[in-house]
Amino acid sequence: MCRIGAIKSLNYVHPSQALLLMQSQQKGHDNSGFAMVMQDLGGIFEGYKHLPTLSLACTDEGLKLAEDMLHAAGFQRVLQWVPETNPQPGLDINAMPNYVFETFDYPKAYKHATQQEKEELLLNMRLKLRAALEDDDMGFVYSFWPDVVTLKEIGDPRDIGTYFNLWQPDKKFTARVITAQCRQNTNYDIVRYAAHPFFLQGYTALANGENTFYQKNKEFQRKLHHGYIGFESDSQCFLYTLHYVHRQLGWPLSYYKHVITPLPFETIERRDDKEQMLAIRQSLSHLEINGPNTIIGVLPDGTLFTCCDAKKLRPIVIGRSSDTVVFASEVCGINEVLPDRNWETDIYPNEREIVVIGNRLEVQRWKQ
Amino acid sequence: METMKIHDVTPNDLPWKIRYDASRCTLCGSCVAACSFRAIEPKVERRRMVFSEGDLPEPKQRFSAVPVIRQAHSVKNYCRGCGICEKVCPNDAIGPVRNQDTRHPIVTRCLAGDSIKRGGRKNLEATVRTLDKLRVGRISQMTDPSLDAQRHTFDMLAPFGRILPAGKLPLKINEQGLLVSDGQAPPVRWIYPVVIGDMSIGALSWRMWEGVAMATAYLNEECGLPVRMCSGEGGVPVRLLKSKYLKYMILQIASGHFGWNRIVKAMPYMTEDPAGVLIKIGQGAKPGDGGLLMAQKVAEHIQAIRGVPKADLLSPPNHQGLYSIEESVQKMFLSFNAAFKFRVPVAIKVAASSTSVSVFNNLVRDPYNIVGGFFLDGIDGGTGAAHEVSLDHTGHPIVSKLRDCYLAAVAQGRQGQIPLWAAGGLGRTGDLAADAFKMIALGANGVFTGRLILQMAGCVGNDMGRCNACNTGLCPAGITTQEPALAHRLDPEKVAQNIVNYFLAMDQELKKLMAPIGNSSLPVGRSDALVSTDRGVAERLQIQYVC
Ligand code: SF4
Ligand code: SF4
Repeated sequence: MCRIGAIKSLNYVHPSQALLLMQSQQKGHDNSGFAMVMQDLGGIFEGYKHLPTLSLACTDEGLKLAEDMLHAAGFQRVLQWVPETNPQPGLDINAMPNYVFETFDYPKAYKHATQQEKEELLLNMRLKLRAALEDDDMGFVYSFWPDVVTLKEIGDPRDIGTYFNLWQPDKKFTARVITAQCRQNTNYDIVRYAAHPFFLQGYTALANGENTFYQKNKEFQRKLHHGYIGFESDSQCFLYTLHYVHRQLGWPLSYYKHVITPLPFETIERRDDKEQMLAIRQSLSHLEINGPNTIIGVLPDGTLFTCCDAKKLRPIVIGRSSDTVVFASEVCGINEVLPDRNWETDIYPNEREIVVIGNRLEVQRWKQ
Repeated sequence: METMKIHDVTPNDLPWKIRYDASRCTLCGSCVAACSFRAIEPKVERRRMVFSEGDLPEPKQRFSAVPVIRQAHSVKNYCRGCGICEKVCPNDAIGPVRNQDTRHPIVTRCLAGDSIKRGGRKNLEATVRTLDKLRVGRISQMTDPSLDAQRHTFDMLAPFGRILPAGKLPLKINEQGLLVSDGQAPPVRWIYPVVIGDMSIGALSWRMWEGVAMATAYLNEECGLPVRMCSGEGGVPVRLLKSKYLKYMILQIASGHFGWNRIVKAMPYMTEDPAGVLIKIGQGAKPGDGGLLMAQKVAEHIQAIRGVPKADLLSPPNHQGLYSIEESVQKMFLSFNAAFKFRVPVAIKVAASSTSVSVFNNLVRDPYNIVGGFFLDGIDGGTGAAHEVSLDHTGHPIVSKLRDCYLAAVAQGRQGQIPLWAAGGLGRTGDLAADAFKMIALGANGVFTGRLILQMAGCVGNDMGRCNACNTGLCPAGITTQEPALAHRLDPEKVAQNIVNYFLAMDQELKKLMAPIGNSSLPVGRSDALVSTDRGVAERLQIQYVC
């Protein structure tokens, strides 16, 4: 079973915290990888929040190809950060030759473009880069979005931390929201793209469990949006549904839960919003998830939330201090990051519940 | 003494021969009385007996008249192998035996100069079905635990009605951030995924129809299973139209429009909306043929409901005046939707055929969003009456055609917008739950069945040519007859009880199949749950091949 975790803080947090959080839950993973998405960035990226950052793992050729494509499209690089790696012998890591985090200014033609147009441009650019680098595994483009960096690696999380010098906290590489998982998916091949968390246009999702409606979800999502591609992991579907419900349909987050784990018909019958609930159930039945799952998600505005399947077959705990909230599959993970918190206020979400952490760390619990 | 000529029909020409053991027979007469086809008759035979009374052989002969039971030698009153005689014989003295050497198809045509008609089902290929080559192969364990069929709750309902894509739903967000309605959407009903297929009140005996209707009401009101029954073409008793039970009925209209006059006249008095309207374009057992109700079965109450004389009732194979799908959508769907003020979903039933997918695609693209279901009927189903040549030699299997329709919808990102319902030989092995589950995993929203309902009621027919005399009006089980004496053989309460019990068992079995794949709602389109050991089947249906 996977273990998942997330940290949201009022202060900038170093990824070592995410590593610690996951390390203590080590029993739950098979050391096949580590991945994280950092949002609301501090350190060297803090001054560039409005500009997109590309997260790329690639070969030399891949790097050249990507940069040429970006320049051809009119993007101008304003910042480049290449993490200092520590390639000591004996590390269990399947590293790519280059890890690049580059921030770009939009093409001149987009000076007066709307937010929407910019968002489409970034998505399309990432998809183009991904397709171009696909041949010969020249590279993996994880995200191209303002204020977001993504790292995905194959190997033992401890060694991955060592390789990227992530164990020593510093002020250069920090974020206010970090989501992480310590395992490659087990259902399918080990592919870098298959590692959680998944990211699309400001939305992040990661999950613990199995999506038994993967086939249905996938067949339906393929036609819903051109950004819904890949499907290297059954959990990607959770992200796409989140993106579809919240961004494309423009429905409030509370309806995400109604789509992925619709209420039983018996319960719907007794509700005032029966008509809407049935409409959702019938129109989006192919987006339902019917397997055991706990999902953690981040919205573009930084809101962090978690929700569980209808039968609550996967665990999640939420621990809090005055300036930090931590989600983890197991309490031991939270103890590592917030040892002095009042554990009596820990939240154990119920089935059919969404727990939402706002930007001032206020907690909302929505029973479905 | 009878003189037999070689051109006379004898039992050896017929599909069944009667095995009769005169030594066991007490001549009680039960079998003769029970045979609705008059295929056996009492006869007196003149028998010669040679005997000798003295010490030395001194043969003498005696002639005596002996009563016996004999098989009728006629292509009209031939034995259908129904076995009712055997059922009623207290001494096991009589019974039908299949005649491998039958010349029935030839002599019947030669003598009658007419096409052979019969009811029942296709008898040509009682082979292994595609569905039997599929298994539920993806079992949840550890990472996605199986559910407990007994303890967990399951949500087993299927939509009936046109479904709009989410972006087109008439919803808006109010100031409280809640979705509220902002307009009208097509009506959708959530019903049990197994519908009792369309069998008309003319095809079935009134007692059978009553039994099915009773079972439907009981399943809804006492068992909590929202099972719907389709009326079939031919109308509905007015009392039922005006009753609250109408909400469990799907009213059918076919090309003959039989019975609709009554339905239309009853509309102002209806206290409930019907569950839906099903427009029958075609039937799987005899695709391309219209309805056929032989005069024998047009009893008085049928004449009254339909307003017809006692004559063969033939629905035309086509809806007159409709030459295109667009036209049918506009004329039929709009008028029936309008008739019930757009509150009742209207679906269509077509026979599976090489062209089904184009019909489906056309309907899926219909801009009025009005077609509320695509009922697809395959060859292995049954029928009340048909020309044997159509029954045996036309038609298309259901499994791959259903799958084609589903995948056509997937290719357009429109799956689920017109719910798919499939039938045609489902439950042929007696296990409807397994067949329904597999069809659902292949993309059906639900299934419908007619023939199996007859079998629940006690039909003795089978796929190997036993009985299948539903067209004659002489159904020995009282199911497809309007002869009062025969209909009274059927106990409607028992029919209802059997159907209810079968549905309860099936419901449990459906859960028993959903639980191991870890799903508490219907696995529509979860083809990943299925595997096949037949490479051809696996490729055709796009599922996993295993060996
Ligand atoms: S099997 Fe049926 S049709 Fe044949 S003789 Fe017996 S009762 Fe009559
Ligand atoms: S028993 Fe009745 S319903 Fe069954 S096949 Fe014979 S005639 Fe038809």
